[in-house]
Amino acid sequence: MLIKRSPNGIDLPFSSEITPREVYESRRNFMKQIAMGAVGGAALLEMAQREAFAQGTGAKLAATHNPAYSALDKQTPYKDATTYNNYYEFGTDKSEPAMYAGTLKTRPWTISIEGEVKKPLTLDIDALLKLAPMEERVYRLRCVEGWSMVIPWIGYSLSELIKKVEPTSNAKYVEFVTLADKKQMPGVGSRVLQWPYTEGLRIDEANHPLALLTFGMYGEVLPNQNGAPVRMVVPWKYGFKSAKSIVKIRFVKDQPRTSWNLSASNEYGFYSNVNPDVDHPRWSQASERRIGEDGFLSRKRKTLMFNGYNDVAPLYAGMDLKKFY
Amino acid sequence: MPTTKQISWIKGAVFVAALIPLARMVYLTVTGQLVDPLEFITRGTGDWTLYFLSITLAVTPLRKLSGWNWLIKLRRMLGLYTFFYGFLHFMTFLWFDHFFDLAEMWKDVLKRPFITVGFIAFVLLIPLALTSTNGMIKRLGGKRWQWLHRLIYVIAPLALLHFWWMKAGKHNFSQPILFIVIIGTLLLMRVWWATRKSLSAAN
Repeated sequence: MLIKRSPNGIDLPFSSEITPREVYESRRNFMKQIAMGAVGGAALLEMAQREAFAQGTGAKLAATHNPAYSALDKQTPYKDATTYNNYYEFGTDKSEPAMYAGTLKTRPWTISIEGEVKKPLTLDIDALLKLAPMEERVYRLRCVEGWSMVIPWIGYSLSELIKKVEPTSNAKYVEFVTLADKKQMPGVGSRVLQWPYTEGLRIDEANHPLALLTFGMYGEVLPNQNGAPVRMVVPWKYGFKSAKSIVKIRFVKDQPRTSWNLSASNEYGFYSNVNPDVDHPRWSQASERRIGEDGFLSRKRKTLMFNGYNDVAPLYAGMDLKKFY
Repeated sequence: MPTTKQISWIKGAVFVAALIPLARMVYLTVTGQLVDPLEFITRGTGDWTLYFLSITLAVTPLRKLSGWNWLIKLRRMLGLYTFFYGFLHFMTFLWFDHFFDLAEMWKDVLKRPFITVGFIAFVLLIPLALTSTNGMIKRLGGKRWQWLHRLIYVIAPLALLHFWWMKAGKHNFSQPILFIVIIGTLLLMRVWWATRKSLSAAN
């Protein structure tokens, strides 16, 4: 497959691949006409109301747009990105986090950075927010389940934080520990996963500038269901690698156990890089459905190696990615 | 026992009610209320295949327990709705997952046990749907027709296994267990009646 590389290693879609505005608008009109024929004016009214609620109501979060780290794909509607979530602490159904995450208290919030570091830190979330300049980056998000979104995140490279704590030579991995509080999170207590949800990265992965410590999306602070007040976004890996509502970042010597890997190690590996050549046991990972775009009238789109972020390929030079999936 | 006229009313009501799940999926899709309509329809048609399978298998036990023999008049329609939702579920796989690429679909069917068993269950439903008419019952003869339709006792466990494996990745077994209990009970009641019958015949 021909992969065009831009100077920063991020795959931008060929201009021929971008759906022209007239085409997608005509598709929308087509759907509207169907709606009119089938269910009449009520449906149109419903759609008009949805348009009105297209923006969120959260507090604004200022950031400088970083075009070098922004995909040109069409962005996923805010409503879709905030009502279709996998966040099992609030239930296993994708609509449940948006319904139940209101009980999550994001202030006060402290996060401790500990383990193999010279300068361990315990920071209040408001101090963490000011640690480095905020950037807006538009990343593709590929879920292991086979769907994808395009989301404008706000945050800064995790490496900014790593610099501050000065990891020792023993720090080979970074472990992210997330909140698991039954009182705030009705899903904690289910036996689907081991709590607290933990994730991990190799130190060089964590230091890669694409690995984003994230505080906001769509120009606002993160909604609770999207992992408020602070989460990781690792765009070249499947979505579950990006831990939400982080309370602890530990630098460790040995590869940490991660929640999904503990639950089903044959299905969810430690690396879990987006890879169209390594199938999930129950489905192919060669293609994906872009939420809000791919649907009834088009084939699913091809999934790109590392989700199109070829810049990270050198991290895995010489590794058999079929073995280290 | 309801009158013939009442039974046709009941049949009409069941026929319409059985289309409500499909109508709901179409409505929610067309009005744009679903973030991922394809997943919703895929899951929904699969769920409703299992619901109708359970309802169809409940007819005989319910008839025996209640003495309402007229229930048997609903069984064919319920069985055909099982097939109808199973067919829609298969179509979501062929359409949404493979965009009608049969070669790709076959690869998937052969490669993944969870799809293999679901596919076999669906294929086995086809002869049952095709032989559901009065004409076919006559042509086959009641005994042979009955034997053929006992395929449902193979189809039901395959459908349950398909559902179990689908949920296995997330250790989310509460629903599969519920369906195994329901369908298992309905099948065990038949085993119980059959053994009792053969015992009393032996005596």
